[in-house]
Amino acid sequence: MSDTDEQRRQFLKTSVGAAAVAIAPGMLMFDMAHGDTEPVSSKVRWGMLIDTANCADCDKCVKACNKENGLSGGLSPTDSQWMRKVELKDMRTGRQLALPMMCQHCAEPPCVDVCPTGASFKRADGIVLVDKHLCIGCRYCMMACPYKARSFVHEPLHDQKPDVPRGKGTVESCTMCVQRVDKGKIPACAEACPNKSILFGNLNDPDSEVSRKIRTVASTQVRADLGLDTGIRYQGL
Amino acid sequence: MANHSPQRFKTRLYYALLAAGGLVAMMGLYAAHMMEKYGHIITGMNNQIVWGMPHVFAIFMIVTASGVLNIASIGSVFGKAVYKGRAPLAGMLSIALLAGGLAVLMLDLGRPDRIIVAATHFNLTSVFAWNIVLYSGLFTFVAIYTWTLLERRMNRWIKPAGLVVFAWRIILTTGTGLIFAFLVARQAYASAILPPMFLIMSFTWGLAVFHVVQSAMYTWNNRIQDPVILKRMKNLLGIFVLGTLYMVAVYHLSNLYFAKQTAFEHFILLSGGIYPWLFWSGYVVLGSLLPLLLIYHPSLGKPKFVVLASLMVIVGSFSLLYVFIIGGQAFPLDIFPGYEVTSTFWDGQIGQYQPSLYEFLLGFGGLAIAFLITTIGVHALNFMPPEQTPQRV
Repeated sequence: MSDTDEQRRQFLKTSVGAAAVAIAPGMLMFDMAHGDTEPVSSKVRWGMLIDTANCADCDKCVKACNKENGLSGGLSPTDSQWMRKVELKDMRTGRQLALPMMCQHCAEPPCVDVCPTGASFKRADGIVLVDKHLCIGCRYCMMACPYKARSFVHEPLHDQKPDVPRGKGTVESCTMCVQRVDKGKIPACAEACPNKSILFGNLNDPDSEVSRKIRTVASTQVRADLGLDTGIRYQGL
Repeated sequence: MANHSPQRFKTRLYYALLAAGGLVAMMGLYAAHMMEKYGHIITGMNNQIVWGMPHVFAIFMIVTASGVLNIASIGSVFGKAVYKGRAPLAGMLSIALLAGGLAVLMLDLGRPDRIIVAATHFNLTSVFAWNIVLYSGLFTFVAIYTWTLLERRMNRWIKPAGLVVFAWRIILTTGTGLIFAFLVARQAYASAILPPMFLIMSFTWGLAVFHVVQSAMYTWNNRIQDPVILKRMKNLLGIFVLGTLYMVAVYHLSNLYFAKQTAFEHFILLSGGIYPWLFWSGYVVLGSLLPLLLIYHPSLGKPKFVVLASLMVIVGSFSLLYVFIIGGQAFPLDIFPGYEVTSTFWDGQIGQYQPSLYEFLLGFGGLAIAFLITTIGVHALNFMPPEQTPQRV
């Protein structure tokens, strides 16, 4: 082999190596950014059963939600509250209870019906979300939501979480921690609940834990009269 | 001296009016800029009262833009000669009011820069999306209709164009009413009576605005209105005011009949502070009963009283819209019927709202846009009704 051939071979080797080193991180980041590219399926319907028995002295789910989604936790009328603790007292009997309230992830969501641009949408797996690129900030969904589940971002935001897109002038609400669910984890509130009272799972799978429990205990949907078929059910309400 | 001639004074006044209108419109744009820069935190709106003062102004203008076309419809569709001569003015006023109302509505959006998204992404189940089509359609159809009225060669198309506008505006105001009627869970809304109520309100407010503008034009041109025509038009306003009162009464009375709605009615009509006060004194007394007195009392009914009545109807309409839009949101959503509710998110509490200066600036900015279009329109084109009316001496 001549010197020239040797040099050429060396050059090609180095070039291929350099190209691989240059491209590899990009490929890796692309993969990370896009995550699992498999589309969500309507075979799954994510939902929750919340047992209100142990909610009286606890708000760990609310705190976990704020932390996971980068919310300030502020309580002024203009602050976002994706999840809140509601205290209830039966006006006739005086019975008291408390429960966490958030987007109920309706099968027939009024917010999706009224949204002019289609920014409010329901994923095939039942999670109701707001597309932050399409939301024009008209707040019609907030008027339409029977659960007061949505907040409008009234101020510029700083230090946002990369997994949780938010934006000034757009509407937002509980995403059922979609960024976690898509990675096979459970929502932050369910994870944080010390009593395991927030049971998250696939309502379409008759063998899932949540489905089995719903079959055996009495549970209710909030404002079931509206016929919205909520993904969140409450036990003890 | 020529410098002090009435004509010269009028020219100066005209430019002064334009400057004043322009200044107010600029202040509206400034408010929109500030809201864009700092967010809605600088307004009084919040997560409980999500639609505020800008929506009161915008909905007034949009509803009135449809109602003012009544004059045109009575002329072109129902063939009443007296109204035919007033149809071009009605068309121009409709465009002016719609422009003002839509400007406010769009500039109040959280992301007004994304208006192109609203124009390119339609959700067919959204009445808002339908309204985007209805509003742009009204602009186009009214412009064509006004053209058929003003251009002699196009006169033979007046009737079909008038019919399209007539049908379109009825659908449009129905759509405005449906924005609220479709809100399934809100006690104040979710009623099929709202679209017809909005329709009658549009007749009333449109005619009131028309009276004010027409009267200003007659004064400007040193003419006095034909008493016979004025009488007809003022009586029509009276009937519309009564019609609106009737619809509002039926809306509240039917609510009062439903046990689940009585708490809301108690709030909005009696115990809700600013809301019942505005409803009774602003809408019922000042906006309806006093105008009716001015219109129908035998010793009143002169042009200046008709203008006064019309102005009162306009003030009343703002009161009614404030009560309807903001009072309707202030009353807490009944998420857990039968329970007393408290939370950090103001569940079960009356929503607090204090409109900020920026909201008023934006609202008045929209009115100024309508005012500018009207002023330039009546100055540049001939919108005076053509009938022979006595010259003022």
